[in-house]
Amino acid sequence: MNKTVIKALIPLLIFLSLVILLYSGLGKDTRLLPSALIDKPIPEFNVPSLLTGKRIDNETLKGQMYLLNVWASWCPNCRIEHPIVTEFVRQNIIPVYGLNYKDEPADANAWLNQFGNPYKDILVDIDGLVGIDFGVYGAPETFLIDAQGIIRHKIVGELNPYNIQNEILPLIKKYK
Amino acid sequence: MLAEIGQFTLVIGMLFSLLLAVLPLYGYFTKNDNFMHTARPLAYMQFLFILVSFVILVTLFVIQDFSVQYVWQNSNSILPIRYRISATWGAHEGSMLLWLLIQTLWTGFVAFYSKSLSRGQIARILAVLGIISLGFAAFVYFMSNPFIRTIPAPIDGNDLNPLLQDIGLIIHPPILYMGYVGLSVPFAIAIAALIGGKIDETWIRWSRPWTNAAWGFLTFGIVLGSWWAYYELGWGGWWFWDPVENASFLPWLAATALIHVQAVSEKRNAFRGWTVLLAILGFSLSVLGTFLVRSGILTSVHAFASDPSRGKFVLSLLAIYAGGALFLYALRVNKLKSKIGFELSSKETLLLTNSIIFFSACFLVLWGTLFPIIAESMNYKISIGAPYFGSMFFLIMIPMAVFLPFGMMYKWRKDEMKRVVTLLLPLLLLSAVLTVITAWYFELYKIRSISYIFNSFPVNTGRIKAITGIFGSYWVLTSVLYYFKVYKGNLTRAVWGMQISHFGVAIFIFGVTMTEYTDFEIDSLMHPNETKIVKGYSVEFKGVEKKQIENYQANIGHFVVKKNDEFVAVMEPQKRVYVRSGNPMTEAAIDPGFTRDLYISLGEQINTQGGWAVRIYIKPYIRWMWGGGILMMLGGFWAATDRRYFRMAKKRKQENIDTYLAS
Amino acid sequence: MTPTRKKRLMAVILILIGVGIASALILTAFKENILFYKSPTEILDGDFPKARNFRVGGMVKKGSINKSTTSLDVNFLVTDYANDIEIQYTGLLPDLFRDDQGMIAIGKLDKDGVFQAEEILAKHDEKYMPPEVADMLENKKDEQ
Repeated sequence: MNKTVIKALIPLLIFLSLVILLYSGLGKDTRLLPSALIDKPIPEFNVPSLLTGKRIDNETLKGQMYLLNVWASWCPNCRIEHPIVTEFVRQNIIPVYGLNYKDEPADANAWLNQFGNPYKDILVDIDGLVGIDFGVYGAPETFLIDAQGIIRHKIVGELNPYNIQNEILPLIKKYK
Repeated sequence: MLAEIGQFTLVIGMLFSLLLAVLPLYGYFTKNDNFMHTARPLAYMQFLFILVSFVILVTLFVIQDFSVQYVWQNSNSILPIRYRISATWGAHEGSMLLWLLIQTLWTGFVAFYSKSLSRGQIARILAVLGIISLGFAAFVYFMSNPFIRTIPAPIDGNDLNPLLQDIGLIIHPPILYMGYVGLSVPFAIAIAALIGGKIDETWIRWSRPWTNAAWGFLTFGIVLGSWWAYYELGWGGWWFWDPVENASFLPWLAATALIHVQAVSEKRNAFRGWTVLLAILGFSLSVLGTFLVRSGILTSVHAFASDPSRGKFVLSLLAIYAGGALFLYALRVNKLKSKIGFELSSKETLLLTNSIIFFSACFLVLWGTLFPIIAESMNYKISIGAPYFGSMFFLIMIPMAVFLPFGMMYKWRKDEMKRVVTLLLPLLLLSAVLTVITAWYFELYKIRSISYIFNSFPVNTGRIKAITGIFGSYWVLTSVLYYFKVYKGNLTRAVWGMQISHFGVAIFIFGVTMTEYTDFEIDSLMHPNETKIVKGYSVEFKGVEKKQIENYQANIGHFVVKKNDEFVAVMEPQKRVYVRSGNPMTEAAIDPGFTRDLYISLGEQINTQGGWAVRIYIKPYIRWMWGGGILMMLGGFWAATDRRYFRMAKKRKQENIDTYLAS
Repeated sequence: MTPTRKKRLMAVILILIGVGIASALILTAFKENILFYKSPTEILDGDFPKARNFRVGGMVKKGSINKSTTSLDVNFLVTDYANDIEIQYTGLLPDLFRDDQGMIAIGKLDKDGVFQAEEILAKHDEKYMPPEVADMLENKKDEQ
């Protein structure tokens, strides 16, 4: 190789280092929001039910596989998600529990009265502390929890027919 | 059913891309004429099938088939039809299909307008374009397929981002993609020439109209983007140095350098290596821009919903295209050496200087855009403020404006510096006088802004920058006009194009300088029937009215603007809330004018006495900036139609026949 | 030295001076405009640039937004769910600025420990969260 060719390789080398830089930057993408809690037991909590006022803790819900859907009356996308949650419950695959996140119980009840209540029971989390333990970024979010109380999957953003079909249903089959 | 047909035609289109990528090249290397001849028909078929696929996606939006996930996510039953159509390319999947469509459209154009090229040449060029289409087709099909169905079908859809429900969005992306993708043509021509191992001036001459046309589209796309941000984002800015904007500006800078250096390599057969490198850089930056926008690696106001796996795919495409191209360049570099000499004092030197200036600007914008990623890898979370780009741009553009008239007046090969200086000296004086008059008239010497660069310096660089900018504008303007006086007679379209663009540069510099340094902004709380005096305009607030319009609820502000007791305009800015998503949006009211824009946007209600937060802007000469951009675009298109490229085409045809007969 | 050489030398020197000045100015502009990103916790630990602008990000604490009814002044708390910082701003707020949403402010901390914001950025659509904010909240959670 002569000098000219070696010089001509410089742009290629610069370019390759750029690609490596960008690739490493990609790995750091934080918007995927991986949950540190996947495949770990659900955190401990003890909160009242929005429907009955009785206390619910992490032991109460054990023994069944269920979805925990984080919602709030102030969350516009929860309204979009609502008919899909209702449809999912109607198909009677597994029960869906709600986590009413950083919401006023009065607002939450009004919301349920207006749109209907698909949830088997609803955990009240006024100050968002349970949400923090679950690593919730915002509403809506949905967790798939198995009968042993292990978190198996998390969906950030609203449930839709697509992620139910491709993410939730296969995992339900797998862990049932 | 329709979605499945769309899916199917997409696959067929991709298969044609695959064939186009393979067959003609195979034919070229095995000297098999039949295989080489497949290039054109394959290019047409590829375009046809992707077009059908795209039309089907538009139809799915129009008939509102919400069982298609992409349609469901980006439109709903109350969305007006015009936005249902534009929603097709409003989000990631559809916009990539549009990109692919435009890629195959350019390929089709190349196939159609290449009658003058030899079989071997056109086979190689179209094959390289086929490789590019194949990559993007695979990206659309595997990573962002817009035809995927959801079962069960939802009753109604989501909402299209309100920001994107706008005429600007309907035309901006297609034009911008015409520019981005258009740069793949000079790229493919350069690569095809490298494959053949020979780059002569005919190759470069043939690539020039394509570069000019792509550059024209890119310029127009950027102007539209700036205009859209100005009236739609609602905050009065026209350029934010946001990564998405930088993504369109980077290839523009590279393409501008390419256009100037192509002039040298065509006319003088020098700098061929540099020409090839810039052609590679231009298209690579288009792809890099796509990567930055769609991978979520950078934060941006108008980034698409991002996905790292898509990022990886686009990055791989970039690595293959640009990496392969640069490798090929290194292999062939020995054949690119030019033996043609020129003096230091010549047009060649000045055009080289120009390309280095634009290349440096390109590098500095890239550096500012990517630096946060570099810092992130060292665990610093930082961003680069817009003033960096602003000062950098100023420092780069001033030498550009200073050298421009020299580059225009100098002769090829060798010229006397004394001759050119004598020629330009009167213009220098004239510009200086005009600058003084302008500075006096607009009171530019009173500008108070202290620069961002010298926070610790008591230097008022705002004043200096404004006056320098105005001078630069006159300097370019007078020399363009003088050029016509010196070089009378029949100017070619290429020269006309060049001068229209340079005239645009002068107008652009004037507009930017005036807008940036003499604009006026005020945020205030206003109550009904209150009047504010803003730079001689009296703005009276009449109150806010609520209304339900199409798919949103609007709060409409009423303002009456007067100047010296004479009526100027009624302005009605809106604060909207979109019904379906609950998203609020600011819609500014703009009273455009030749010498100034009035701009009012509505914040939110502050108290129960009808007090609202109001922002009022006066933007002097902002239209000139976009006008300058449009002139640059027109120049690019006009130059692309120069007869020389087509005359050469006829000559070439004869040569082809001759060589064919001789062989 | 021959006259041509002299001329050439002069040209080279002029170019070097020009390039040198331009590079110095650009480097200064670059250094001046690096904006660090800090979380409320880092600020309370004293880890932030004292004399220049930086960015603070987090969630707008629910119920903390306090808008004046006589001017465009706003103050609110930004939280990373561990600590809060008070932010003071005057002007028009972005469309999507509201309770419990991610936001980023650019400005300085005054001597009372209140962040005086010159600019407020909110996420541009429902699904978007500034990556820095997401990242920071992620770290917070890991620590617990």
